[in-house]
Amino acid sequence: MSDQHFLHVESLTKHYGTNAVVKGVSFDFSKGEFISLLGPSGCGKTTILRMIAGFEIPSAGTIQVDGEDITVLRPNQRRLGMVFQAYALFPNLTVGDNIGFGLKVAGLGREERRARVEEMLKLIGLPDFEKRFPYEMSGGQQQRVALARAIAPRPRLLLLDEPLSALDAKIRVSLREEIRAIQRELGITTVFVTHDQEEALSISDRIVVMNAGNIEQLGTPHDIYNRPATRFAATFVGHLNTLPAASFGPDRAIRPELISLTQRPDTDTTLSGIVSDIGFMGSVLRLKVDVADVRLSIDTFNANSTPPQRGDAVTLHLASRDVLALGA
Amino acid sequence: MTNTAAPVAAPSVRSPRRLSFEWLGVAPFVIFAVMFLILPTLYLVGAAFIGRDGQLTLENIAGLFTDQILAAYWISIRISGASALLGAIAGLAIALAIIRGRLPDSLRSTVMTFSGVASNFAGVPLAFAFISTLGRLGLVTIILKAVFDIDIYRAGFNVLSFWGLTLTYLYFQIPLMILMIAPAIDGLKKEWSEASQTLGASALQFWLYVGFPILWPSFLGTLSLLFANAFGAIATAYALTGSSLNIVPILLYAQIRGDALQNPGLGAALALGMIAITALANIIYLVISARAERWMR
Amino acid sequence: MKPRKFWPWLVFTLGAAYFLVPLIATFEFSLKMRRGYYSFDSYASVFSDPAFQATFAYSALIGVFAIVVGIVVVVPAVYFVRLRLPHLRPLMEFITLLPLIIPAIVLVYGYIRLYNSSSIVPFTGSALGTDILLICGYVTLAMPYMYRAVDTGMRAIDIKTLTEAAQIMGADTLRIITSIILPNILVAVLSGAFLTFAIVIGEFTIASLLNRPAFGPYLQNVGANRAYEPSALAIISFIVTWGAMGMIQLLARFAPRSAPRTD
Repeated sequence: MSDQHFLHVESLTKHYGTNAVVKGVSFDFSKGEFISLLGPSGCGKTTILRMIAGFEIPSAGTIQVDGEDITVLRPNQRRLGMVFQAYALFPNLTVGDNIGFGLKVAGLGREERRARVEEMLKLIGLPDFEKRFPYEMSGGQQQRVALARAIAPRPRLLLLDEPLSALDAKIRVSLREEIRAIQRELGITTVFVTHDQEEALSISDRIVVMNAGNIEQLGTPHDIYNRPATRFAATFVGHLNTLPAASFGPDRAIRPELISLTQRPDTDTTLSGIVSDIGFMGSVLRLKVDVADVRLSIDTFNANSTPPQRGDAVTLHLASRDVLALGA
Repeated sequence: MTNTAAPVAAPSVRSPRRLSFEWLGVAPFVIFAVMFLILPTLYLVGAAFIGRDGQLTLENIAGLFTDQILAAYWISIRISGASALLGAIAGLAIALAIIRGRLPDSLRSTVMTFSGVASNFAGVPLAFAFISTLGRLGLVTIILKAVFDIDIYRAGFNVLSFWGLTLTYLYFQIPLMILMIAPAIDGLKKEWSEASQTLGASALQFWLYVGFPILWPSFLGTLSLLFANAFGAIATAYALTGSSLNIVPILLYAQIRGDALQNPGLGAALALGMIAITALANIIYLVISARAERWMR
Repeated sequence: MKPRKFWPWLVFTLGAAYFLVPLIATFEFSLKMRRGYYSFDSYASVFSDPAFQATFAYSALIGVFAIVVGIVVVVPAVYFVRLRLPHLRPLMEFITLLPLIIPAIVLVYGYIRLYNSSSIVPFTGSALGTDILLICGYVTLAMPYMYRAVDTGMRAIDIKTLTEAAQIMGADTLRIITSIILPNILVAVLSGAFLTFAIVIGEFTIASLLNRPAFGPYLQNVGANRAYEPSALAIISFIVTWGAMGMIQLLARFAPRSAPRTD
C-alpha cells in the first residue's frame, strides 16, 4: 500500500488572510514516479511544493511520505531534497563541500563524504569540478551541482521548484532530459513544478494541471493533451482551435496538428477558408486560416514543397472524432 | 545603428575643441582635490621629514617614539579598537535582529533612518548627551542610585574616562556598522537558508557553515572602517574628556592651537602617523570588501 | 514560534534603550533649568542668546556655500567621467575616498601650514580668505557623500542615453547639463546637500582651529561654561540632524528612475 501512496496529500489547503491559494487539493503518487505540478503563476503549485518541503504550514489537510505524516515537521527533519529556481548554491563553499553539505550535517565521516561526492559528480557529468566555486560556473552547471547536492543524502522525495526557468532555452532542454535520466536511474520519487507545459509533457510520468488553487486534471501527459477534462486543461496545455459554432455547435475545439490540408483516411469533415498568415518554424509550418468567423491554427510538417501563400483559398480536412467538447 | 555620440577614443582622434570641453568639466574637481586634499596632505607628509633646521631628516619620526607620544598612540589605538570591536558586534547583532529576526518591517526602516542620523551625531552635542546621561548628575546615574541603590561612581565608573569615551563613541560606531553591514545581510539569500534546511541543517549549523562565513569579510572590513573612524575623531573627545585623555588627535589639536610640542616638524610627524594608521585600516577594508565581492559575483 | 523571536526582540530592545536613553536624559536635563519644576527656560536662554543666533546663522550660511561649491565641483566631474572619461573613474573614486581616510584634523592642519599668511595663497591671512578655506574644508568633508549621491542619481537616469537623445536634437553640452541632467538629478543633489548641511552645522574641529565664529565652537564654549544650555543645544542639534536626514529619506521616494542599463 505504501508504495502506491508514497506521497499522499489529502485536502491540502492554504489561506493567506482571506485569500485561498490552495483549495483542498488531494493526490497520491507512487514510489519512483516523476510528477509535474503544472499551471500559470499564482495557481498554487509552488505553495503546494513549499508545504511539502515544510516552508509553509498548511491551513488544513495532511501530507504523508512513505506512511509518515510530515505535515507539521520542521523542514530540516523531513529528509527531502530540494532544488531551487535560483540554484541556491552556498557561495562560500566549493562544489564538493556544497554537495557534501547534507552529509556533513548528518554526521558522516570525511572519507564517506568524499566517496559519495565523487559518485555524485560522476552522475552529473562534472567529475573534475570538486574544487570549483559556484561563481566560476555557468547556470546549467550550477543547477546540476544543486541537483547533486539535493540527492547526495539519499532523500525520500525530490522537489524541484521551476529549476529550469532561469536557464537558456537550449540548456533547458538538455538539462531536463538529464534530470529525468538521473531520476530514472536512482528511482527517486520526484515532484517538479513548472509553468512550461512543454517541459511537463516531455518528462513527466503524470501531470497535475492546476488553476487558481484547484486541480483541473491529473493524468498522464498523453491523457491530458488528447483528452483534456476541463476547458482550462484543454487551453493551457498545447494549442487549441475553437471551431465555428455554426457548423459544430458551441464549445467545440480541435488541436492544430489534427487539421490537414489534404484528405486523410480518417477525415470526414471539410472547411473552406483563406490563408491569413504563415509561420515557418523549421520542421513545422503553422498556418493561420480564416474560416467563417474564426481564425484557425493549423500545424503541418514541412513537406519540402511550396507552402500556401497569404490570401490563398484552402480546404481543411478533419476527423469529427478528434473534436473536443470543452467542459466547464 | 552605430553609436556616434560618445566614443572613448584616444584624444588624438577627436577635435581639440571637443576635448577641452570635457576636461573643463572635470577641471574644477581636479583643481579642488589638488588644492584642498592632496597638496595639504602631501605638504604635511613632507614636513614630517624636515627638521628645525630646514634639512631633510628622520628626527621627527624618531621623535614620535617618546613615552608621551607613544602613550597617546596607544590610548588612541585602544579606544578605537574597543569602540570598533564592541560597535561591530553590537551593530551586527542589531542588524541581524531587524533584518532576519522576523520583526515588523517598519522597525527596519526606522532603525536605518535613525542610524543615518546617529552616525552623524558625533561631536560636541553627543558629549553633552552622555554627560546628561551618565555624568555625576546624569539621569541614569541618579536613577541607578535612587531605584537600584547602585552608585556607579563609587564603583569606579566615570563618564570622563577611557570607558566613558568608548561608550560614547559607540553611539556613532554602532549605527555606522548597521548601515554598512545591512546590504551584506540582505545579500544572504533566503534560498540559502531554505536549501540548508532541506539538507537537514539546524539554524545554528547554517550560520556556522554558511551565514557567518559569508558575512565575515564584510564584518572584518567594516571593523577596519570603524577603527579608522574612531581613530581620527576628536570633537567628541575634546568636549568630553578634554585633555585629560591624551589621544593623538587631542595632542595634535594642542600642537596646532598652541604649539604645545614646540616643534612643527613633530606635529607633522604626528599627523603622518595618524594618516598611516587610518590609511592602513582603510586599505584593509578595501581589500577585504573586494574579496567578498568576488563570491557574490 | 515564541523562543525564535525572543532574541531578536531582546537585542532590538537593548539597542533601542542604548540609543533612546541618552536622548531622554538629555531632554530631561534640559528641562531642569528652573529649580523645582520642568520648564523650557534653557531653550529660551539658548534662542535668545545673540551668540547662538549669530553662530547658527554663520554656520548655516557657510553650509549653503559649501553646498553650492560642492555641486559645482562634483556634478560636472561625475557627468563627464561617466560619459566621456570612464578611465578616470577609478581615480575619482579614490579621491572621493580620501576624506574618509584623512582625518579632519589632519586636513585643517595641512591647510594652516600650507595656506598661512606667508605662503603663495595666503588664505588664512584674512577673514574672508579663512572663510573660503572653511567652506572648502567642508566641501572636502562632504565630498564622499555628495559624490555617491550624485553618482547614484546619474546612474539611475542613464545619462548616456539622455545625452545622446538630446544631442541628436541639437542641444549643446551646457544646455544638456542645465536643462536635462540637472533637473533629473535634483533629488540626488538635494540629498547630498542635506548631508552636507548636517555635517557643517555641528562641525567643530575645522571651525575651531581656523578660529571662525561657527556653531560647533559655540557649542563647545557653552558646554564649558553653562550647565543646562548644553543639553538644550544637544537636543536642538539632534533635531536639526534628524530633520536633514528625514528630508533625504523623503527625497528618496521622489527620485526618478529610467530603465536600468548594464553599467
